[in-house]
Amino acid sequence: MNRTEGRVKVTGLATYAAEYPVENVAYAYAVQAQIAKGRVKRVDGTAALEQPGVLAVLSCEAAPRLSGDADPELALFQSREVAYRGQIVAAVVADTYEIARAAAAAVRVDYDADDHDVRLSADHPGLYQPETVNPDLPSETQKGDVEEGLARAERSVDVTYRTPVLHNNPMEPHAALASWDTEGRLLVYDTSQGVTASRATIAQTLGLPPEQVRVVARHVGGGFGSKGTTRPQAILAALASRMVGRPVKIVLTRQQMFDVTGYRTPTIQRVRLGVDAEGRLTALEHMAYEQSSTLVEFAEQTSTPSRVMYAAPALRTGHRLVRLDVATPSWMRAPGECPGMYALESAMDELAYAAGLDPVELRVRNDPETEPDSGLPFSSRNLVGCLREGAHRFGWEHRDPTPGIRREGEWLIGTGVAASTYPTRRWPSQAVVTTRDGDFLVQLAAADIGTGARTVLARIAAGVLGVAPERVHVELGDSDLPQAPLAGGSMGTASWGTAVVRACEELMRDGKEGRADTTEEIKADAKLARHAFGAQFAQVRVSSVTGEIRVSRLLGVFAAGRIVDATLARSQFLGGMTMGLGMALMEETVTDEEFGGFLHRDLAQYHVPACADAQHVEAVWLDERDDRLNPMGSKGIGEIGIVGTAAAIGNAVHHATGHRIRELPITPAKILALRP
Amino acid sequence: MKPFEYARAGSTAEAVRDFGPGTMYLGGGTNLVDLMRLGVAEPERLVDVSRLPLDGIEPVGDRVRVGATVRNTDLAADPLIRTRYPMLARAVLAGASGQVRNVATVAGNLLQRTRCAYFQDVTRPCNKRRPGSGCPAVAGDHANLAVLGTSGACVATHPSDMAVALAALDAQVHVTGPGGDRIIPMPGLHRLPGEEPERDTVLSPGDLITSVELPPPPPGASLYRKVRERASFAFALVSIAAVLDVGADGDVADCRIALGGVAHVPWRAERAERALIGGPATGEAFLQAAEAELEQARPLPRNAFKVPLARNLIVAALEELAP
Repeated sequence: MNRTEGRVKVTGLATYAAEYPVENVAYAYAVQAQIAKGRVKRVDGTAALEQPGVLAVLSCEAAPRLSGDADPELALFQSREVAYRGQIVAAVVADTYEIARAAAAAVRVDYDADDHDVRLSADHPGLYQPETVNPDLPSETQKGDVEEGLARAERSVDVTYRTPVLHNNPMEPHAALASWDTEGRLLVYDTSQGVTASRATIAQTLGLPPEQVRVVARHVGGGFGSKGTTRPQAILAALASRMVGRPVKIVLTRQQMFDVTGYRTPTIQRVRLGVDAEGRLTALEHMAYEQSSTLVEFAEQTSTPSRVMYAAPALRTGHRLVRLDVATPSWMRAPGECPGMYALESAMDELAYAAGLDPVELRVRNDPETEPDSGLPFSSRNLVGCLREGAHRFGWEHRDPTPGIRREGEWLIGTGVAASTYPTRRWPSQAVVTTRDGDFLVQLAAADIGTGARTVLARIAAGVLGVAPERVHVELGDSDLPQAPLAGGSMGTASWGTAVVRACEELMRDGKEGRADTTEEIKADAKLARHAFGAQFAQVRVSSVTGEIRVSRLLGVFAAGRIVDATLARSQFLGGMTMGLGMALMEETVTDEEFGGFLHRDLAQYHVPACADAQHVEAVWLDERDDRLNPMGSKGIGEIGIVGTAAAIGNAVHHATGHRIRELPITPAKILALRP
Repeated sequence: MKPFEYARAGSTAEAVRDFGPGTMYLGGGTNLVDLMRLGVAEPERLVDVSRLPLDGIEPVGDRVRVGATVRNTDLAADPLIRTRYPMLARAVLAGASGQVRNVATVAGNLLQRTRCAYFQDVTRPCNKRRPGSGCPAVAGDHANLAVLGTSGACVATHPSDMAVALAALDAQVHVTGPGGDRIIPMPGLHRLPGEEPERDTVLSPGDLITSVELPPPPPGASLYRKVRERASFAFALVSIAAVLDVGADGDVADCRIALGGVAHVPWRAERAERALIGGPATGEAFLQAAEAELEQARPLPRNAFKVPLARNLIVAALEELAP
């Protein structure tokens, strides 16, 4: 089935946040801190205000009042403290974008600068153990005695991996268009992965009752997590609009997106593994060192996949966080699982070599009966099936494990494998289904961020109603619609789909209308370990002349419940795997240690894969039946594709070259450094 | 972006006449317009020269003249260029993306600015952008910056691929300007940063490139090879344009080597060339020549990989070209 909104998208008729035709609109442009730490002494907007067409300058001088418990990243102008370079310290509102931007450069901000600290290290004196990690998981877990397990191990590894700052970079920049009506109600067209949550956050930040705020996001050009939380543009547009009495639009530049829309924390991860003579793990320890800002504690759940993956009698996972003079990290596709599985799955490969075992076989031997940390039964777990199917398709049985011996001219060839996992969750959602001119209208405040949520929900509804999907129309992306959770955590389809199924069932009984709220149903869910699994296989070519690395083949095999729409699912898997390829070989935001903030803040410098990098990327899936998840039997698929890719590629680089590079991205510079 | 005037030049003479303080010539705009958006370039006036009748590629005797406004795509696709100067066509195709090449001009490609992160960010110091403000790249982010011909004031690279091939081909840049017409042989158009990194080239204000003239192709086999971590649409870590002519006696009769991504200029590896010409075309000689060239490299901690990379690339290129 084609995407229901495919035609409006390819013909340019789909309306994104910044594109709504609004009369008399004014434009806001942010002024950003040019120090990494300190205080704003004075903001002088005189020169800006003198420019023709400038309407207002917002700053901590005569700041508009916001709620006292606002998220510090959204509490614009409420404090003179500067927490990171690039933080929004003022803004100009003007008749045109160009005037606003030029005037913003004329706003004079004087600072008292303090010494800053933006460098993460595993021995930073400020490291501490956070109480919980994202979203609300325990920071530490321990089962058995890791030291004892390592002591009795036949073979063991103790390895440290590093991942850099990474940015989401959706195609559509973060944007907002805000206006107030005569009754004091606020309308915000925002780039949002969830309008229900966004309305709550905007209302809370501005000190308004939620019913006075409406957030609309009918089309969103990608988010990956960076639009999963409300970003400052929405608050700034609302404040500016109230100040000038006109609708105000703000579109962040790509450079500003690097500063104020979140990023994946850099990580340093130490993994210790021990294995006995039979190839069974005796101990698994995974410690993650990562950063947050001085404003907000965001602790990525980096070592949590190690609580899920392998049967180890001694299992310890933990996190250490340091608060630096940096922007607050946030969600990026598969937070936790993505960087965590890079380290765990690279270490598993190292252990396989240390123990003289095939890397697929090592994983199969350590596949657990129940979830290792919690002891809970799995609703379904088909990692072994994915590994076996992938090995078969990839021709793994012909692989000579010896590293560094396959050569075509100057090119060294290698293959690698890694496992993937991602939690399967669902959240309460509401939905309404009504009949309209013989067709059906499904309404809920879900989000389609380019994944095809409309299409999937139409199919789900059509399946219950017993009609063709074309007869189901889905309206979403408006906070006035029945409440719905985020497009995030790979739980959109499961959460919204449950509500749509229940609403359709109700309509079948009622004949005219069906309403659903799945809060009670989800509360009654059995306690089970719910996860999707996968296996990724990579073939790489590494030039012995230039150190260039090209991925000649990527294969992902996934067990993710019932696949609701094959076309859309394949896109999600391939997109995730391609993003994982970028993480493995090129993506990196450079932190500016001298001045604070980030360097490489555009797509010419922050490289994501080009088409030429994705030479042969293939995703397949096992038929997996799991009736204990939700009425569709589906698991989320938006994130698992990126999990494990970088490890598979890194392991293939080792197989090609005989060397382990334990710091991403794996670049020609690092390959060349291997040789004298 | 600062407001600016825009004028379209009707002729080269008019363009030069209209050039005053604060004026910049506009070609395809693929770099200049970006720099204006970033506030790095703030011209008061743009004189659009992209539609001047300088878009021909024609033989002139045994040479080929390429007009200054020829689009990169057209240059790479031209049958004369593809048959006589395949290295140049390959270099052009290795640069940017199809969309950018459709717009970018030959002169604009030569005059594009460095992509150093500090140069492109007006909130940070940069001697090239704001003379005397300092060069944070030396202690900071210089992973893709220069290792040859650098100065304490600047370690920027020239980012072009096309210019590297032109440097190897001994191309001649035809310039008109307030001081009259002149011809600048490549690689002499670009200059090393020294104490004046704000000056990328030897051009004076108002000088306008009208064409690039290619001498007859040098004898021997040629290639262009570009190294980058992304397979497409990325500036070179190091690139090489090389021509090698080996005589019947097995000795190197002629040799041209130019490197990209290593210097403030497309770097003609003259020491390597001198070491090779008249000597044997062997792997050992290639390695010695590469090392002779790279002895003068002054790498920084994070771009030191460019030295072995350039060495490997020179050797691999010559080995590929040797009969």
